[in-house]
This record gives sequence, structure tokens and C-alpha cells, in this order.
Amino acid sequence: MTDKVNSLLLKRAGLLNVTRLFFARRGVLEVNTPVLGPGGSTDPLLDSFVTQLEGGSAQSQTLYLQTSPEFYMKRLLAAGSGPIYQLGPCFRNGEVSRRHNPEFLMLEWYRPGWSLVELEHECCALVDELLGAASYTRLTYREAFLQQVGLDPFAASLDALRAACVACSGINAEQLDRDACLDLLISHQVEPGFKKLGRVVLYEFPASQAALAQVHQDAYGHAVASRFELYVDGLELANAYQELTAADEQAARFQADNAQRRALGKEQISPDTKLIEALQQGLPECSGIALGFDRLVMLALQAESLDEVLTFSALRW
Amino acid sequence: MANFATNEFKGGLKFMLEGDPCSMMDIEHIKPGKGQAFTRVKYRNLMTGRVGEKTFKSGDSVEGADVMDIDMEYLYTDGEFWHFMKTDGSFEQVGADARALGETSKWLKEQEVYMVTLYNGAPISVTPPNFIVLPVTETDPGVKGDTAQGGSKPATLPTGAVVRVPLFVNEGDLLKIDTRTGEYVSRA
Repeated sequence: MTDKVNSLLLKRAGLLNVTRLFFARRGVLEVNTPVLGPGGSTDPLLDSFVTQLEGGSAQSQTLYLQTSPEFYMKRLLAAGSGPIYQLGPCFRNGEVSRRHNPEFLMLEWYRPGWSLVELEHECCALVDELLGAASYTRLTYREAFLQQVGLDPFAASLDALRAACVACSGINAEQLDRDACLDLLISHQVEPGFKKLGRVVLYEFPASQAALAQVHQDAYGHAVASRFELYVDGLELANAYQELTAADEQAARFQADNAQRRALGKEQISPDTKLIEALQQGLPECSGIALGFDRLVMLALQAESLDEVLTFSALRW
Repeated sequence: MANFATNEFKGGLKFMLEGDPCSMMDIEHIKPGKGQAFTRVKYRNLMTGRVGEKTFKSGDSVEGADVMDIDMEYLYTDGEFWHFMKTDGSFEQVGADARALGETSKWLKEQEVYMVTLYNGAPISVTPPNFIVLPVTETDPGVKGDTAQGGSKPATLPTGAVVRVPLFVNEGDLLKIDTRTGEYVSRA
């Protein structure tokens, strides 16, 4: 074994140990939930690996490799598990790049009774232990756009957003809707600007990008998602929500997702019906966060790509 | 020509952009964790040589460019065109103009094989082999006792190109040149 591979394995194992000790000290329970299940992510912008269960004593059925352990972990929370975390593989189809691998290690944890701000403090404390202490710049989504793009993401016209997209990327912007423009601008202009800021907590995303987060009003009366993202040196590392707990709202978002999938010509995904049942039983108010652990290893080793920090990346299967 | 969607993009793919054939150099998949995917392409415009970047929405497509790289042997020039012949036994010939030939004029040699890039059947660029052997037509006399170390001097090749060579090189010597850097490698 080469020194390089050996030091990678040691570093990775060390980071995993620190993470497990961190949660053990804080009384958060490690859990393992299925990576393969009959419910998939309906998110129109995520593609699942879909497979088929055949034979044995079970009925043949469609199964999804999980894009995140969220649904199963929420079912545990609804059953009264208390604070839990999981370190496990997640799968997203079609995602291969320097910063993406179709299989990756996710660290996900939930804090019943905690606000999003309390979770943010805990997330920063963990990252300080893993990467060394540093200061954090807190920016709202709106502030970051005003600084880096010079546009207010809530007030700017669609034409102005499209013009900014063309200017920074040369894209054919005619077909881009508001959220697509915001996604393009954040990835092409805002995130690169975060490089010089080190660690950035970005919060108050537009309500249209709430996914499974609650929505509230910001100081200017805009509907914003109770969600934050942590960036380290321009790399998107973690995504957190004040979790949606209303069963009917969750069911409505699943339906809306599948309607949008139909419009995009994508296949329909069977949602996790048992999650809806669990929410009906009652999910405690909680905040939750998912952190890309392989990206964290990348940052710890100052690597330029995931390929450098994975034992066998998709480029070397 | 066929269309290529973003999931078919790869390095070397030739495509049309604003009326010019371009070649993809680098492709980057960009996707926020909760957001839309984009494909950022670094490309070279094959007509101008200019390098640019452009982002595509996932699922967008580009029109393929009828561009082919073909090995061809250099025959002769009539002063206006430089004539190359296919090496596949078809004896088919094309004439490249000075613009298509570009810097390769410095490394032209009869019977040598070059990569000729054809766009809609017409040559738009000519790429020399990485190494080429050419004789020295003119240089200052060699200095006795000099070795590979020490100084250098200019030497002129039959194409008019001038390369820096060690002092021991004489007129008539055959030189191996790296065409990518234009530097002398060794005596051949």
C-alpha cells in the first residue's frame, strides 16, 4: 500500500472517530436505516437509482437506493427515538464531477426540540473539531446576492436575473425560470465569492427552495425557508432545515414534486407513505442537517476532487 | 449532423456555436445539493483558436459539427495552397490555405504525415507531429570542444524557422525538434 493511500485511510478513519466521539459525548444515538427502500425521493432535481426486488418470499416490487436517510430517520424520530445521527452511503444518479460521486457518505443528524440556530452552533462546533477552529461569516441569501451579484433575489425581475445569468455564464437564458436563474447565479457567482470568506453560513433561502423545511417571513416580509447551508472555502458542505412536521403539507409537497417531475418528463416516484403516517402520528418539532462527509475529507486533506479522497471513486470503479 | 445532449458532452466533442465549429476541452458538472444541474463547458473555437466558456442547462443540446481529424501526407505548395493527400490509399487531396496552415508552416516537410482538421470537407487547421526532423540550412560555425552544456546559437531550417541550438551543431546536421514548444531536442 502506498504512503498516500495509507495516509488517506488513516485520516478518514480519524475523522470518523472524532465524529462518533462528538455525538457520543452529546448523547446523540447512532442509527442505521435502510439504504434500499420502496419509497424514493420525489425531489424533481434529484435522480434515484431504481431497482427491482425479485424472488424469495417477497412480492416483486420497485425499490430505490436512498438519496438521503431523511425519511427513515424521521420515522424513528416520530416513534420517539430522541436525537439521532447516521453515517451511511447515499446514492444520486447522474452526479459525477470533481465535487460529486453517485455514491457518497452522508452524515445526517436530527435534534428534537432544537431551533435551527442551536443546530447551526452544533454544526459549527463539529466542523471546528474536524477541520480546526475558524470564524464563520453569516449571510442571508439576500445579502449574499446583493454582495456578489448586485441583485435582490426576491425583488429583481426575471429579465434582470436572466441577464445576469447570460453575463456570467453565456447560457441561453430564455427557458430559465426564477429558481433556475437563482441556482445558476449561486453556483457561478455567489459560491466562488465564498472562497475568500472561508466558512460561510447562508440562511433564509427563498420559500421556493424550501424542500422539506418550514417557511417563515424575513424582516422584509419575504417568505423564506427555515434552512441554512454551510460552505467551506466555496464548497457546499451541509444543508439544514427546521423540519416540516405537518403531514398534509408534506403529502402536498410530494404531489407537487411528482407533478413537476411529469412536466420535466421524468418518471414518477413512489413517495414514502409511511413517512406521512408517521407525521400524522406526530413528528416532534426538530431541526435536522445533512453533511457530505467525503467533501469534508476533501477539505481536511486540501484535495481538489472527491476522486482523491475516495477509496474507489466512480472514475476508478 | 446529430445533436448532443448535456449528458453526452465529453472532451473532444466537436459542436457548433454561433456558426463556428468548436471542440470541447473540459466539462464540469455543477449542481447545488438542492437545485438545478448545469454543465459548464470550456471549448476552443476551431476557426479562431479562441478559448471560451459556456454553461448549459441540464438536458440542453448542441448541434454536432461536421469536423474530422484525418492523417494526411504533405505533398507541395503552389504558393497559395498547401496540398495534402490522404494516407488511406484513396490518394484524395485537399489544399489548405495559409490561415489553416498557421504556425505549422514552420514545421512543413514533404512526405511527413500531419493531422488535417476538415470542417464540411475543407481544411481549417493542420497539426504537425509532436517531433519532426529537419536539416540546418544556416548557422554560425561549430565551436570545437564544446559540449551539450554551455551556450546556444540560432540555426535556420529550410522552412525559415529559427531554433536555438547548442554551439556544436553545424550546417547540414539533422535536428529533432519538438513542434509543440519549437525547441531543439537532439541531433537526429
